[in-house]
Amino acid sequence: MKSLTLRGWVTLIGLVVLALLPVFINRQLPLTILQQWPWLGGHFDFVTFLTGQEFYLVLATRLVILAIAAVSLNLILGYGRMISFGHAAYLGIGAYAVGIPAYYEIYNGFIHIGIAVVVSAAFAFLTGLVCLRTRGVNFIMITMAFSMMVFFAFVSIEEYGGDDGLVIEVRSEFGQWVNLENDTVLYYVCFVSLLGILYLIRRIVHSRFGMVIQGARGNEGRMQSLGFDTFRYRLVCYVIAGALCGYAGALLGNFTSFISPEMMDWTRSGELIFMVVLGGTSSLFGPVLGASLFILLEEILSGFWLYWQLIFGIFLILVVLFAKGGIDSWLGRRPER
Amino acid sequence: MGESVILGIKDLYKSFGGVAAINGLTLDVLEREVHAVIGPNGAGKTTLVSQLTGVGLPDAGQVVFRGRDITRMPAYRRPHLGMARSFQITSIIHDMTVLENVVLAVQAKAGHSYRFWESAIVDDQLTEPAMRALTQVGLEAEAMQIAGPLSHGEHRQLELAMVLATDPELVFLDEPTAGMGREDSTRMVSMLESLKGSRTIILVEHDMDAVFALADRITVMVEGRAIATGTPDVIRADRLVREAYLGEDMNTAVK
Ligand SMILES: Nc1ncnc2c1ncn2[C@@H]1O[C@H](COP(=O)(O)OP(=O)(O)OP(=O)(O)O)[C@@H](O)[C@H]1O
Ligand SMILES: [Mg+2]
Repeated sequence: MKSLTLRGWVTLIGLVVLALLPVFINRQLPLTILQQWPWLGGHFDFVTFLTGQEFYLVLATRLVILAIAAVSLNLILGYGRMISFGHAAYLGIGAYAVGIPAYYEIYNGFIHIGIAVVVSAAFAFLTGLVCLRTRGVNFIMITMAFSMMVFFAFVSIEEYGGDDGLVIEVRSEFGQWVNLENDTVLYYVCFVSLLGILYLIRRIVHSRFGMVIQGARGNEGRMQSLGFDTFRYRLVCYVIAGALCGYAGALLGNFTSFISPEMMDWTRSGELIFMVVLGGTSSLFGPVLGASLFILLEEILSGFWLYWQLIFGIFLILVVLFAKGGIDSWLGRRPER
Repeated sequence: MGESVILGIKDLYKSFGGVAAINGLTLDVLEREVHAVIGPNGAGKTTLVSQLTGVGLPDAGQVVFRGRDITRMPAYRRPHLGMARSFQITSIIHDMTVLENVVLAVQAKAGHSYRFWESAIVDDQLTEPAMRALTQVGLEAEAMQIAGPLSHGEHRQLELAMVLATDPELVFLDEPTAGMGREDSTRMVSMLESLKGSRTIILVEHDMDAVFALADRITVMVEGRAIATGTPDVIRADRLVREAYLGEDMNTAVK
């Protein structure tokens, strides 16, 4: 195996921490051994600090779900330079794909996820037909407009709570093997989904299809002159990203138990973009790093100042201006070629 | 050189904001000939190539490829008929490697690219033809380098490799030696010589040595019109051409 770079180490450690987090929290392993370590026990009781604090599991679950959303956005934003400002719409669609069936007492998780993915893909297809004909700022504006259409559609449907939202009492059911009512199980479903989707994106990016998408990012005119119908390839890419984010939305619906149109507000889409840019576009793990830093900073800053969003906003602008390539490039990935 | 027409151009017009770049051009290109298009700057040569490859659509007129009207066919479908183009201003994908650029060209002709799983860059069916094209233009040593930072001459070689990799029957070369030094340019000409006879080449070129060395026939364009078409000897002797375009340079260029 090749020796790991700093970037590789950060990624690996991050994933291991995420994988083991519930173990710490639930005290399911003989962690008392850890507690007896003199270098831990003497100074800072790390284990008691974490254990029993459901709060950290909640935080980590949200982090992982948003990381999936950011990774899916990166497929179009990073690899295809399609800067969608409406990606949160798919989170909302996915969440309502859990909430609305649950409202009618349909709790089958396969149905929920099926609806989330299919409706998201269909929405991406129909809107993609229009917005992928535009470029640059127009593309940003039109994707945002479409997501606001969905936002207002849900606000206006009183049946499902309008802008008050909808409470989901029961989580998706997947038979006897996977019980999402258990927070740890839900967390691991999210975590394994993240790993699976990262692997999927990795395959796609290196495939013939991925080459076409990246070629069209670099020089669309040339790709057409070579014989590629770049519009159609982009459309397919847009649909894949939408479907994946819809899946993340279904997880989010299970996680939050309360869903509202606010989830697909344009500011939410903006946050997803920041996660991707923060972490580094068109790098596989970049968006995961970005989502992690985003969530942690949000948590820390909101803890000690009411106007944390102000500092946060300034920080994000600085990152966008001065850190081309995001965190990922500080960690040794060469900036975008 | 066959005698049948591969590309028929009839009464072609294209103007940009009232300025006619192509102004009623009619021309037949024959199978397997090297057909040079020459003319002063701004004569409309690049515009012509763009109209023929679908990058721009003509205002009026007709383009027929082997009996099929392709006047309004989108650019991305034309390569599948066997057409390929190189650009006067280098058009490559700067953030990819040299090999990846050429692999994309091979991929374009190798059926659809809705294949999401296997890695493209380790696929012999793509990389072997790509390496062959790179070897042909003498760029195989740079295969793994990012294309952007390479020299101008190497960019031109890559342009040509991308054209060759699609194995086209009709090739448009828009000033393949543009901006090249003597040495590179001589190499390019001998490379093009080796292609002669196996495919139809429409060659836009300012370098008269190259044109007269390569062309089977020459068309002279002035102000969007073809004022003369014929063999190099005929063009050399044409008084109209001399007056309108070649002028005094003619004697030095053609010797
Ligand atoms: N996209 C465009 N928009 C406006 N005018 C254009 C455009 N493309 C070409 N023209 C104009 O059309 C005319 C023909 O240009 P073209 O580039 O085809 O000439 P050319 O024969 O290729 O010249 P050169 O030898 O310098 O390459 C010029 O007057 C040019 O300014
Ligand atoms: Mg030109």
